[in-house]
Amino acid sequence: MESELKYIDIVEQPISMHPKKFALWLFLVTVLMIFAALTSAYIVRQAEGNWLEYELPEIFWITSGIVLLSSVCIQAAYFAAKKDNFLGLRIGMVLTVLLGIAFLVGQWYSWVALVDREVFFVGNPAGSFLYVFTGLHAAHLISGVIFLIIVLISTFRYKVHSQALNTIEMATTYWHFLGGLWLYLFLFLLLNH
Amino acid sequence: MTTATVAQQDTAVHEHHDEHEHHDNFITKYIFTTDHKMIAKQFLITGIFWAIIGGFLSTLFRLQLGFPDMNLEFLRPLLGGWIDETGKLDPTFYLALVTMHGTIMVFFVLTAGLSGTFSNFLIPLQIGARDMASGFMNLLSYWFFFLSGVIMFTSLFLKTGPAGGGWVVYPPLSALEQAIPGSGMGMTLWLISMTLFIASSLLGGINYVTTVINLRTKGMSFSRLPLTIWAFFLTAVIGILSFPVLFAAALLLVFDRSFGTSFYLSDIYVAGEALPNTGGSPVLYQHLFWFLGHPEVYIVLLPALGITSEVIATNSRKPIFGYKAMVISLLGITVLSFIVWAHHMFVSGMNPFLGSIFMFLTLIIAVPSAVKVFNYLTTLWRGNLIFTPAMLFSIGLVSFFISGGLTGIFLGNSAIDIQLHDTYFVVAHFHLVMGSASFFGLMAGVYHWFPKMFGRMMDAKLGYIHFWLTFVGVYMVFFPMHYIGMAGFPRRYYSWTNFEFTNMYTDLNMFISVAAIITFTAQAIFLFNFFYSMYRGRKATLNPWNSTTLEWTTPLHPGHGNWPGEIPTVYRWSYDYSKPGAAEDFIPQTVPLSQTPESNLPHEQELVKLELEIMKDEADFLEANESKH
Repeated sequence: MESELKYIDIVEQPISMHPKKFALWLFLVTVLMIFAALTSAYIVRQAEGNWLEYELPEIFWITSGIVLLSSVCIQAAYFAAKKDNFLGLRIGMVLTVLLGIAFLVGQWYSWVALVDREVFFVGNPAGSFLYVFTGLHAAHLISGVIFLIIVLISTFRYKVHSQALNTIEMATTYWHFLGGLWLYLFLFLLLNH
Repeated sequence: MTTATVAQQDTAVHEHHDEHEHHDNFITKYIFTTDHKMIAKQFLITGIFWAIIGGFLSTLFRLQLGFPDMNLEFLRPLLGGWIDETGKLDPTFYLALVTMHGTIMVFFVLTAGLSGTFSNFLIPLQIGARDMASGFMNLLSYWFFFLSGVIMFTSLFLKTGPAGGGWVVYPPLSALEQAIPGSGMGMTLWLISMTLFIASSLLGGINYVTTVINLRTKGMSFSRLPLTIWAFFLTAVIGILSFPVLFAAALLLVFDRSFGTSFYLSDIYVAGEALPNTGGSPVLYQHLFWFLGHPEVYIVLLPALGITSEVIATNSRKPIFGYKAMVISLLGITVLSFIVWAHHMFVSGMNPFLGSIFMFLTLIIAVPSAVKVFNYLTTLWRGNLIFTPAMLFSIGLVSFFISGGLTGIFLGNSAIDIQLHDTYFVVAHFHLVMGSASFFGLMAGVYHWFPKMFGRMMDAKLGYIHFWLTFVGVYMVFFPMHYIGMAGFPRRYYSWTNFEFTNMYTDLNMFISVAAIITFTAQAIFLFNFFYSMYRGRKATLNPWNSTTLEWTTPLHPGHGNWPGEIPTVYRWSYDYSKPGAAEDFIPQTVPLSQTPESNLPHEQELVKLELEIMKDEADFLEANESKH
């Protein structure tokens, strides 16, 4: 009876979303608005002149690759969960977590590279903005990694499977969003520095 | 489709029965509660606490403005060192007073106290939900607000005083600790407190939007939502889009203050010494701040307008005039609120061409606002008016919305704004249209939904006295301010008497101050009425105002889950008042069209057949369900 009711639910009401998932989307909107505000502030400030010109750290290309790869991994993990392929699910999740950490380490080295070319957090706003973008994005990414680790633990407890996809769907959404956010920031910086 | 909704309903009911097995103790019932009704009351009581503090601060600076030569020695037990040896109010503390008054009233009273109370209380009750989408997030929302309040309250007792740079905390004043005492520790606490407040607002807002979209009961389509819910919904949307921007602005300000960056600072000399910061732009902060700041005005106002729509329709015993126009104008205000922010910055040196674009967009807001006023008046027109205190406060709101809105048209013109910017004309304008109007909406809401909150009635006679004293008082306070503003006196100045062009207004200022103190004191009547009625008030009936909306179908003291049995289904919109042919002058939303053939309109009569079919399907489904169990 229970499963039959759920079946009806899913088929007949495609618009109705799980409230928690919906709330996650709204949360993503708030994060997006923070970065929209910061990047518009960047443009407004840049237009006023007195702007330090410098090369972006090359490592951003590598970290962008890592973030793309991690998105592929979590999507694979999600598909595996849909098919109740637990091994694939766990491998995918572990890889995503590792790639997430690798991304954070890479971002740290981007700061090292910035310091090497004498672009400091305290100084011309051109540099400060870069630190704020990467730092605030990393802060969100850390929350994403924590979320991933929680999901990873629940995969080992067999709590994620084809009948219980909610958490992994939310983790996937959040992770794709964070990856996309980084790519947006990188593209923005490439176009506007 | 029908079966699906029934199925969902059914599982929802079962889930909730499981949740309800546990028994509440004092802590889970009154303190760390996840029940939206209790959280609403927590917001209300905290909001009242802050309103008293915020109002009291205003009486202090009104004393200084109205009676500059007065000996304030009698305040020394309270203010201590802030009264200097000659018995005068310390000028630094004066700045802190106006800053705190603004911050507290805008954010703690009219955002958290208004949205927090009524969105929480009414959304689940009026859309037919057991609770908010996430009770835990709701709990967090309140406690973040509480914590933010504790920090702001602590800052009042600092030796250097609370933040003193105005509620807008413009840098460089707010960014440099050496600028004024109020930019020191007080400012730091202000920023921490506001960060927590933003978190609280976002948690609340996300919850409100999710709940309205996902948890409406059967039959509650968007076109049947009471206008209160539309208003709360759009308020939450505005909050979700604008508060993150304030967060971004505050974050950069924190970096400038505490880490030495130069986002907002450039080429500044303090006491003859050059600061190392170069390359920042203080106007950048203004853009970011007002991108929140202007929508914030509507975050404060829209819930009050929603409450007014509901109260006026109920107490005119008439359907709200132009329901669709009301919804469209709410939507219009929501959209426009995001593209007018620079009208706060006409004198910041912006390009005059850009200024005229923002002027144009600003003046467009007059259109949806006028539509709303028109619809309030036409709803009242030839209605069977019942003057409950809530109704009086709602009509008061309409009055302030008109008189304050008219001056908005002047201020929206960049040419006139150059003269009036940062004068008492602006103060008068926004205190009427945003401050007093929203406050009256809040009061209307309290008087109207008090029976649902506490199961008792507030005393109407005390309500009338409270209304008339406050209504007349507000006009006595803010109307004369227009003249002072036109004469060119700037806001936030400590003293009036030092300049030739303003010392002629001492009598008018004295008048304003006396009126302000009387109005503030009159609120004691409300406080007494509120707390006395909570325990000793006349017991309320289930539907004291003969209202159509769902909250009045719950028991007198609804438990956690709101309806003891199934959630009622909705069959009609929420404004079936005085429908021709109907036996009574209101038909609750839960009455099916098929039961009221005498009052159905032709197009509704056609819906009856469909409705009967759906009801039959449901009955079959439930029966089938029963036999399987």
